Amino acid sequence: MGLCPALAVTNTVANSLAMGLATFFVLCGSSLLVSSLKRFIPEAVRLSTYVLIIATFVTVADMMMEATVPAVHKALGAFVYLIVVNCMILSRQEAFASKRPTGRALLDAIGTGSGFILALLLMGTVREVVGYGTFLGVALFGADYQEWTVMILPPGGFLTIGVILVAFNWLGSHKAGEQSTPGLSSLPHTEQTG
Amino acid sequence: MGNLVGIFVSAMLVNNFTFSYFLGLCPFMGVSARVATAFRMGMANIFVLVITSLSAWLLNSFILGAAPYLRLISFIVVIASVVQIVEMTIKKFSRKLFRDLGMFLPLITTNCAILYLAIFQTNRGYGFVEGLFFAVGAGAGLMLALVLMASIRQEIEFSNVHRFARGTALVFIIAGILSLAFMGFAGLMSST
Repeated sequence: MGLCPALAVTNTVANSLAMGLATFFVLCGSSLLVSSLKRFIPEAVRLSTYVLIIATFVTVADMMMEATVPAVHKALGAFVYLIVVNCMILSRQEAFASKRPTGRALLDAIGTGSGFILALLLMGTVREVVGYGTFLGVALFGADYQEWTVMILPPGGFLTIGVILVAFNWLGSHKAGEQSTPGLSSLPHTEQTG
Repeated sequence: MGNLVGIFVSAMLVNNFTFSYFLGLCPFMGVSARVATAFRMGMANIFVLVITSLSAWLLNSFILGAAPYLRLISFIVVIASVVQIVEMTIKKFSRKLFRDLGMFLPLITTNCAILYLAIFQTNRGYGFVEGLFFAVGAGAGLMLALVLMASIRQEIEFSNVHRFARGTALVFIIAGILSLAFMGFAGLMSST
């Protein structure tokens, strides 16, 4: 999943985007470095080496954000640091970047990172639109909109991800249902042959 | 003293790591199926948090003054190695304690709650004793969350849940409701 620490900052679209971009940067940077250094990293200490590389890029990302977007950096707080313990980044290094050539590792990182940004944006959009009635700070519903304050607060994060997961399960079963329709009609047939 | 109690209560209930910061969600999803396991995981959590708090305090007061930009890197390395050493020591001296506690330790090291505690403690400028209270409070909060969730999940096993909502989705929605309930504790802090 890799969503754990990121959930906390998805209460507005801007914060989600910043967190997503930071993770994207860390993922690409460390994949690039890990795959180009893979000859020199000893097998026994490889995981600690990956963590060190990731931590270095997180420090860089944190300093860059502090310099360029101080307001967002303040809103994210210590959660930028928590990118280090994002299981997704480490698992990409172990499963992909350490075994493939540099170009493919970078492509994989870009793909995974973009997916992560999209997931965060989905959460951020739902929570900001419902919670503040705005999108990136632009009011959507006029002055009469009654804000769902709970969606900005932590419970809203849990509820949003829960509902999104239910929706995905539903969509998934819909697809599976379409595929299984011919399967069902072929079931009596197989019984006959059996 | 009032300040220390405040730190403890705040870390355990008002700013519960799981329900208001989304920390430690991985074990929350993984080990919260049985109450007994959740309880042992909680104990191991408190243990590691206290070690983390101690190491972070030592690093902050004696080493990192000269190079604050190395904070994140050194926290990770030091905490991971200290926990590893403690795990080996427990394994050597008490098999029973190791079975009850030890096997959770490596899992916990990669937990976001641990790193967050170290960074939060540094940002707040907590001293030795304050850090200790904060760590035990946060650990007790994590344990409370785990045990609550495990008890609810044990009950739910016998109820008829719609198939789309089974598993992780349901855990998240329950966590949301628990988190709402925990927001009630915010009133505690304004009165003290």
